[in-house]
Amino acid sequence: MNTDLAQSNVNESGEMITADGVPLRISLLRAKKRARNRALLLVAPLFLFILVTFFIPIISMLFRSVENQVVGDVLHRTVPLLQQWDEHGSDLPNEEIYAALAEDFKEAFENKSAGSVGRRLNYEQSGFSGLFRSTNRKARKLEPPFKEALIKVDKDWGDIDVWRVLKRESGSYTLSYYLAALDSSYTPTGEVYKNDASNSIYLPLFWRTLWMSLLITVLCLILAYPISYLLSTLPIKTSNLLMILVLLPFWTSLLVRTSAWIALLQKEGVINDLLVAIRFIGDDQRLTMIHNATGTIVAMTHVLLPFMVLPLYSVMKTIPPSYMRAARSLGATPFTAFVRIYMPNTVPGIGAGAILVFIISIGYYITPALVGGQSGTLISNFIAYHLSSSLNWGLAAALGTILLGAVMVLYIVYDKIVGIDNMKMG
Amino acid sequence: MSSTEPLVRFENIQKSYDGQILVVKNLNLDVDTGEFLTMLGPSGSGKTTCLMMLAGFEPATHGEIFLKDQPINRVPPHKRGIGMVFQNYALFPHMTVAENLSFPLEVRNMDKAERETRINRALDMVQLGKFGDRRPAQLSGGQAQRVAVARALVFDPDLVLMDEPLGALDKNLREQMQYEIKHIHETLGVTVVYVTHDQSEALTMSNRIAVFNDGVIQQLAPPSALYEKPDNAFVANFIGENNRLLGRVASVDGNSCRVDVDGGGSVIANPINIDGEGSRTTLSLRPERVSVRPDPDSQPNIFDAKVEELIYLGDHIRTRVGVCGHNDFVIKIPNSSDHASLQVGDAIKVGWNVEDCRALDASD
Repeated sequence: MNTDLAQSNVNESGEMITADGVPLRISLLRAKKRARNRALLLVAPLFLFILVTFFIPIISMLFRSVENQVVGDVLHRTVPLLQQWDEHGSDLPNEEIYAALAEDFKEAFENKSAGSVGRRLNYEQSGFSGLFRSTNRKARKLEPPFKEALIKVDKDWGDIDVWRVLKRESGSYTLSYYLAALDSSYTPTGEVYKNDASNSIYLPLFWRTLWMSLLITVLCLILAYPISYLLSTLPIKTSNLLMILVLLPFWTSLLVRTSAWIALLQKEGVINDLLVAIRFIGDDQRLTMIHNATGTIVAMTHVLLPFMVLPLYSVMKTIPPSYMRAARSLGATPFTAFVRIYMPNTVPGIGAGAILVFIISIGYYITPALVGGQSGTLISNFIAYHLSSSLNWGLAAALGTILLGAVMVLYIVYDKIVGIDNMKMG
Repeated sequence: MSSTEPLVRFENIQKSYDGQILVVKNLNLDVDTGEFLTMLGPSGSGKTTCLMMLAGFEPATHGEIFLKDQPINRVPPHKRGIGMVFQNYALFPHMTVAENLSFPLEVRNMDKAERETRINRALDMVQLGKFGDRRPAQLSGGQAQRVAVARALVFDPDLVLMDEPLGALDKNLREQMQYEIKHIHETLGVTVVYVTHDQSEALTMSNRIAVFNDGVIQQLAPPSALYEKPDNAFVANFIGENNRLLGRVASVDGNSCRVDVDGGGSVIANPINIDGEGSRTTLSLRPERVSVRPDPDSQPNIFDAKVEELIYLGDHIRTRVGVCGHNDFVIKIPNSSDHASLQVGDAIKVGWNVEDCRALDASD
């Protein structure tokens, strides 16, 4: 038996070993395995739920913003042949391509799939939907020579720009949704240009969403900071009561709250009536405070205020009163002590609340839809419109992806400036 | 300012938080310049309230506090120029050590060179010269404590208040810090008002100790007087270990009195705080002033005792005996080469002198 303790604990390769001679590292892993397996089992249901209901839909949605299979699938004879055609020249495609197109249309007629291609290409240039519909109707009667036959069915088949668009959008993936989301288009020959201001919808909307979210965040912070301070300094009994008042909006239906704002802010509403009654404004000068940007900002600030109060309160609660006292005893006026000692210690709460409010408001949908009118709708309202009304999911996905990217960028900027570790949710 | 003038004077100070209970009852106290005065007492005795009133964080309900002969009741804390060390240090977590020390100098609009000189001097004083760039979270308890002391002293206040500053430290560190604070006090000559509930801390550091209980100063005296000559039963009990024998005064005769102890036996004691013949009294006797197996007739008080328990504590043996019907009578037997060797159950004689056995007020 080796009596030297130091030696008996180390094997020939220098590893620590247990009394049985098993390397200590392996022994430790074995001991930890059970605990790890149990931990995995505990998170598994939530993990699966999030995977199925959150990650997979999001990834599929992101994918839709570039996906463009339908053209190549339906026009599977035409598309490969088109690759040899020179779209920069001035000649129409040759008879072979027209023949392939006619075959594709005959097959599409059987499968009833021509409409989906028409709809897809109509996003690029209006007229495609009608072109495909009329061609589809006469697909069975097409006879060679197909070039003449097709042009006879619809003279657009003799338009070289139609063929240029078809070739450009024949790949499996496309960037045209992103171009549309950024208010840009292709010329028929494939150059990108920015739409003129009157045709720009989404970029102004992105900017509006951004500055309104920022304004709402700042308003929430200004309103929430004093109340959180009060809550954190009051005795627990009083602060609980006040906290209920702060949380009350949380427990009320969003629709009820928003309707209440409509009742308050509309032209014949409480506030206008009051202003007229005290003769602050004339009856013909009633203010428009709802169904515009003002309405969205007021209602959303109200709705999102608890998200600012809660992190601020929980952070302020942890700041010992002795910090302020120490600052005072060291010679600082109450104001200096507050600005130099108290406020820096609330930064984690400000950061958490601001990020929470900003990210929620940048994707907010219901309130702007109800009280936003023309000037108060946000980008998410248009995403919803393209998802449920225009059914242009590709554009909705592109808009959503840009929004997601913007939030990510802001998040990274925040991390660089303030540091995400500094954030405290509660 | 002459040295006889007190730096701080509490005059008839009363304090109530709820308008019903007085937390501090008519406090009168002078703190001399350069003195280390400790307010000692159990929690809720009003000592911290007194400190907070002096610092300016709590208003006095009645009475006036003077600092250098100026009434300061209406002076806000930041204009009092009093340094303060808090219980949990209250170092500002978002600032480095040097920035923490710089803060009181910046609010006094001191220029940068002067600030740096003072910060370095203060950090060297607490032996943390190289720690200026650390954050408070990177400091150990003892280091944070030193920084808190340095910060309270960096702007050269005449008076420093310390509110149980060593409460969060472990025993060894606490003892070490006691000496360090004491040495800083001696070196700088600054006046310190120190609040603690730890009597050994108070005894180690103070020039004078004010023992608080129930909103009243029970006794204000230097440490040795407080231990050896307690004025009342509370102080005797609170400071150091103490044997209490309850009884009734049978007769008073000049410098001694005879007390009939409740459990039987008649003790001759030193009358300090009694109401006269027939009144109830508490006899107070320090465990180390009791001799075991004394020579007969060498002491006026000699009683039979039975050894109940022996606890070996290294430097002494704590011996619990039953005497005069009291079973919690403790004797400290020094572990010297010729100490009495006892066994549990031994019947022995114990004795003590008249002046060591103080007849005090009847507590409880």
